[in-house]
Amino acid sequence: MPDIVFQIAIIITKIVVLTFIVVLPLVPLSVYFERRFSAVIQDRVGPNRVGIPFTLLGFKKDFHFFGLIQPIADGLKLFLKEDFTPDHVRKVFYWMAPALTVVPALITVCVVPFGSPISIFGHSEKLVIADLDIGPLFIFSVASLSVYGITLAGWSSNSKFPFIGGVRSTAQMISYEIALGLSIIPVLMYYGDLNLSKIVQYQADNGWLIAPLWNEHGTIFSPAYWSTCGPQWLFWFPAAIAFLIFTISIFAETNRMPFDLPECETELVGGYHTEYSSMKFAMFFMGEYAAMVIGSALIITLFLGGWSMGFTLDAKIADWHIAGIGLAGLIHIGVFLTKLIGFILFFILVRWTVPRFRYDQLMKLGWVVFFEAALINVFLAALVVAAPQLGPVIIGLGAVLLAVVTVAVIWVAKVSEETPKVLRA
Amino acid sequence: MAVVKLQRPKLNFGEKIYFGALIKGFFLTMSHAVKSLRGKSVGAETLASSGLGVTMQFPEQRWDSHLPEYYRGAPALVTDEQGRERCVSCQLCEFICPPKAIKIKPSEIPSDDPWAKVEKRPLEFDIDMIRCIYCGMCEEVCPEQAIYLRKDYLITGLKRADMVHDKKRLYEIGGVRVGLVNKWNELK
Amino acid sequence: MSDTPSATAELILPKDLAAGKGMVNVQIDDIWHQFPKGTRMIEACRQAEITVPHYCYHPKLSSPGNCRMCLVQMGMPPRPAPGQEPQRDENGYEIIGWMPRPVIACANTVGENMGIRTTGDLVEKCREGVMEFLLINHPLDCPICDQAGECRLQEQSVQHGRGVSRFVDMKVKKPKNVDIGPRIRLDDERCIMCSRCIRFMDEVASDPVLGFTQRGTHTTLTVHPGRLLDSNYSLNTADICPVGALTSNDFRFQMRVWFLKETPSIDVNCGTGTNITLWARGNKLHRITPRLNDEVNSAWMPDSHRLNFHYIDSAARLTEPLSRSVGVSPTSFSPTPWPTAIAQSAAKIQSIPAAQTAIIASGRMTNEELFLTHTLAAEIGTRLLSLVPRSGEADKLLVAADRNPNTTGAKLILGSENPYSGLAFIRDGVRDGSIKSLIVLGEDIITDAGFTADDLGKLDFLLQTSVLANPTAEHAHLVLPSAAFAEKRGSMVNLSGRLQRLNRAVELPGQAHDDWEILRDLILAISGGKNEVHHIEDVFKALAENVPAFNGLTLSKIGHQGTQIADTGYQIPLLANERARKAAGLING
Repeated sequence: MPDIVFQIAIIITKIVVLTFIVVLPLVPLSVYFERRFSAVIQDRVGPNRVGIPFTLLGFKKDFHFFGLIQPIADGLKLFLKEDFTPDHVRKVFYWMAPALTVVPALITVCVVPFGSPISIFGHSEKLVIADLDIGPLFIFSVASLSVYGITLAGWSSNSKFPFIGGVRSTAQMISYEIALGLSIIPVLMYYGDLNLSKIVQYQADNGWLIAPLWNEHGTIFSPAYWSTCGPQWLFWFPAAIAFLIFTISIFAETNRMPFDLPECETELVGGYHTEYSSMKFAMFFMGEYAAMVIGSALIITLFLGGWSMGFTLDAKIADWHIAGIGLAGLIHIGVFLTKLIGFILFFILVRWTVPRFRYDQLMKLGWVVFFEAALINVFLAALVVAAPQLGPVIIGLGAVLLAVVTVAVIWVAKVSEETPKVLRA
Repeated sequence: MAVVKLQRPKLNFGEKIYFGALIKGFFLTMSHAVKSLRGKSVGAETLASSGLGVTMQFPEQRWDSHLPEYYRGAPALVTDEQGRERCVSCQLCEFICPPKAIKIKPSEIPSDDPWAKVEKRPLEFDIDMIRCIYCGMCEEVCPEQAIYLRKDYLITGLKRADMVHDKKRLYEIGGVRVGLVNKWNELK
Repeated sequence: MSDTPSATAELILPKDLAAGKGMVNVQIDDIWHQFPKGTRMIEACRQAEITVPHYCYHPKLSSPGNCRMCLVQMGMPPRPAPGQEPQRDENGYEIIGWMPRPVIACANTVGENMGIRTTGDLVEKCREGVMEFLLINHPLDCPICDQAGECRLQEQSVQHGRGVSRFVDMKVKKPKNVDIGPRIRLDDERCIMCSRCIRFMDEVASDPVLGFTQRGTHTTLTVHPGRLLDSNYSLNTADICPVGALTSNDFRFQMRVWFLKETPSIDVNCGTGTNITLWARGNKLHRITPRLNDEVNSAWMPDSHRLNFHYIDSAARLTEPLSRSVGVSPTSFSPTPWPTAIAQSAAKIQSIPAAQTAIIASGRMTNEELFLTHTLAAEIGTRLLSLVPRSGEADKLLVAADRNPNTTGAKLILGSENPYSGLAFIRDGVRDGSIKSLIVLGEDIITDAGFTADDLGKLDFLLQTSVLANPTAEHAHLVLPSAAFAEKRGSMVNLSGRLQRLNRAVELPGQAHDDWEILRDLILAISGGKNEVHHIEDVFKALAENVPAFNGLTLSKIGHQGTQIADTGYQIPLLANERARKAAGLING
């Protein structure tokens, strides 16, 4: 009995710590980074003022914190704003929609491994809320629910701009979910596992998927590595393709630039959240940034080694302890968050580099390019993974077959691109 | 209107796959970010930036010493070297003012006034600084060289009424301006 | 107008064609026109829609030709040698020989086959020279000058002047800010010696107090020693002054003219119905000037009428319906909403027998209001309806003895030869108590109709509509604020039977209502009918259907110059004078 209580306490602690202390603060933090980094890119300063107004309390100087308090001020402002519900909306769905956007994004947190198992006084505990054996599938299934939030918001607002935004969003998210799902099949084939903790552990030992610079025999500097790195590098090609498709699809899934068509200001005012104000709007905002954080976390976990430091350093620090607390887990959390923030910065960089796609280009990219590319990539990866067990003839046959299929697909895509003949003069 | 049909540029394979341009774009944005962080943004020198981007940090850093000669700040009335208010309330500025910020109530100068021969001066002269767009048309149109755009740019107030500059305030901002119009001096 | 000869009538020359109609052929800027004999050249040019710049010329005054601004080039056919046929062009006009020097267009009359050039090197150089001379001694005080914006000198120096002065010497000093009359201020430095004001006072106002003294550049306009420019027509001199030499004390330094919106209307101070222009900025009326109408007031108006508009935004203006608090002394009034006020009055009027109800209307009401008053009387069922007469001394020019502007209209609409006749009967009725309810529309019957406060105290109900607070209103049970003349639209008929329009220049103050709206609401409240009258046009339509003199007319058909609808035989004295001078060839217009 006390054991169960202890277990529940640990789970609740993990939920509270990882969701509300690690991920949720990341949301306003990424908003802050978004604004500061955007400013820096555009030769500006960005929010650097909001701090603790010590001068109000009689001190000589304010403490600005580089403006890090800004997101709190923004949040406070959104809380205090009038929560306006237009007369013409469908109230139930209108109220439900913001929650439906935030909740899935936060639920997905539960399968993301934030660090290596942390040992406290001899008790080892995994830094993941639910160590499911179907991690990526769970994430996909839950994350795809967030489209409901946006669709319902667009529909229940009962106004044209939100409606168009909602419709666009639905189509966009459904389209890219296919590419998203297909693109990680090679990865899962390679790992042979769906447990994200194990995937990360594998990468810590055998090199990150798209940076296989070490394996259990040693790092890139040791000769033992060179003699055994062949299959790793062979798989690098399908992995890189998968990484590319997956990353871009995540951009589309999270409605980020250059795929932010559901809310593109120049066309749709605010898109699906045009009619929302105050905290309801803030929920959408949070949901969006939470989705971005989770998306980044997933990419890092699958392709960039999750919490691992790489170069076999993880194994070396595994035994470091201070006062009975294993340092490895804490360091790994730090590494994970650093990678996460780095990737969020990449998101922002993309936002200010790539102009928004046209909607037809977006759909074409999803259905004609990524879907096919991911599909072919599955077979390519299968070929690479299965190669050691197959004879050269079969490998050659497979390669030829794959090449033919690829050319055929490209040909079909090209033909479909040609302007259709005018039937009537 | 003539319709001009634009031919879309023919893209080659490299351009079509888009990645080259993407990477070039990343370098461009990143180079901006790096320059900005190092305080080396283009124009940072001339704009006296604070060291991040080209932005001047306002309350601590002031633009005052950089204000160009032609800077157009708050419009104000001026007096001449003898302390005569130059404005004769011809109301041309009121007429020309694009946002209709100026309101003048003219009045006759009483005969016991030393400047009675000028005959006319404003009784009330209000400029609504909420409306003012600092275009300088009033300065340009003034036949008596009585209204000038000064370099004051911090026009603030807590009430709408604070933002209306009355005659007294306008002369405070304006001060004295010598020369220019001689037709009211003793010769006349 | 140009005469195009046809192949079949080659023998008939244009001059004979024109002479048959009493006209002459004149070529103005290369185009042939026909004008009556004796037309001044400047008038001929005006009819040909070519403006000749001028200062001293005024169509209603004689032409002394002293400003020299209207110089044009003139040409006549050269006289043929004896026995020689004059040279003609293909259209039959004689070839014009142009004079090498200019002539003034204002004092010369046109002749057969004359040529006039209003452009060209010679004319333009002359104009530039004249402008330069006029500007030599003119002060540079446009910024303070009230005339700026409607100043001929400004306009023409822009069009014909040289832009810069070559004059380096001292300008001539002359008296400034001279008090020459109670309503007029003179600035001699601005004067360009056109003598329009002198001629006006002499020829039109018949009070020649103005004149020139000194000579050359020192010529000074002055008023006769010991006299003042105090004629009741003195402000017309400020109107015709092409520069800012004569300005109105009333309008002096009030507002620049370019801000003012012009609204054509008519004067309501006497039966003449002088045509006026209302000059307003925003919701404030700034001045009134006469408007040209050759059938009513020519180009002039009396000062007394012109200046009688300041009451419009006086403190005595009523701005909301007031009802007297019952049983409280001293009398106090409390503001009442319009619907309550109308409903109260209707209930009160209906509760008192029609035979004990009387209506006193005003001769200052428009036709529309009078028509509704007539309807109201019929609705109540009373025949006691009278207007308040108002008379003064006629001045043999424009001011008529009848100071009510719409007596003729009242006669037509009320269908009575003397709409003022019932007043004494009503007064007696109020005194002896046989009239218990009185509706007074726009009149102050204590001041103007011989009622006393005691008389009014006997009434059970006194309803008054009024523009200003007045002694009668003190005793009224309900006071309804109505519109002043510049705030309403409508029509009036002047003494000579001319139907003319009033127009709205400024908005009503506060909650004041248009008189016709008050009357309509009263009628509706009493009859309980449905409102079908939404615009003043609807009222006029009903009026036109019911009163024969107005048949077939609408408000817009009246036009800015009015329409003659009745022949009363009344002659406006000033017009008679003007026609005589025109017949004598002294003036052109």
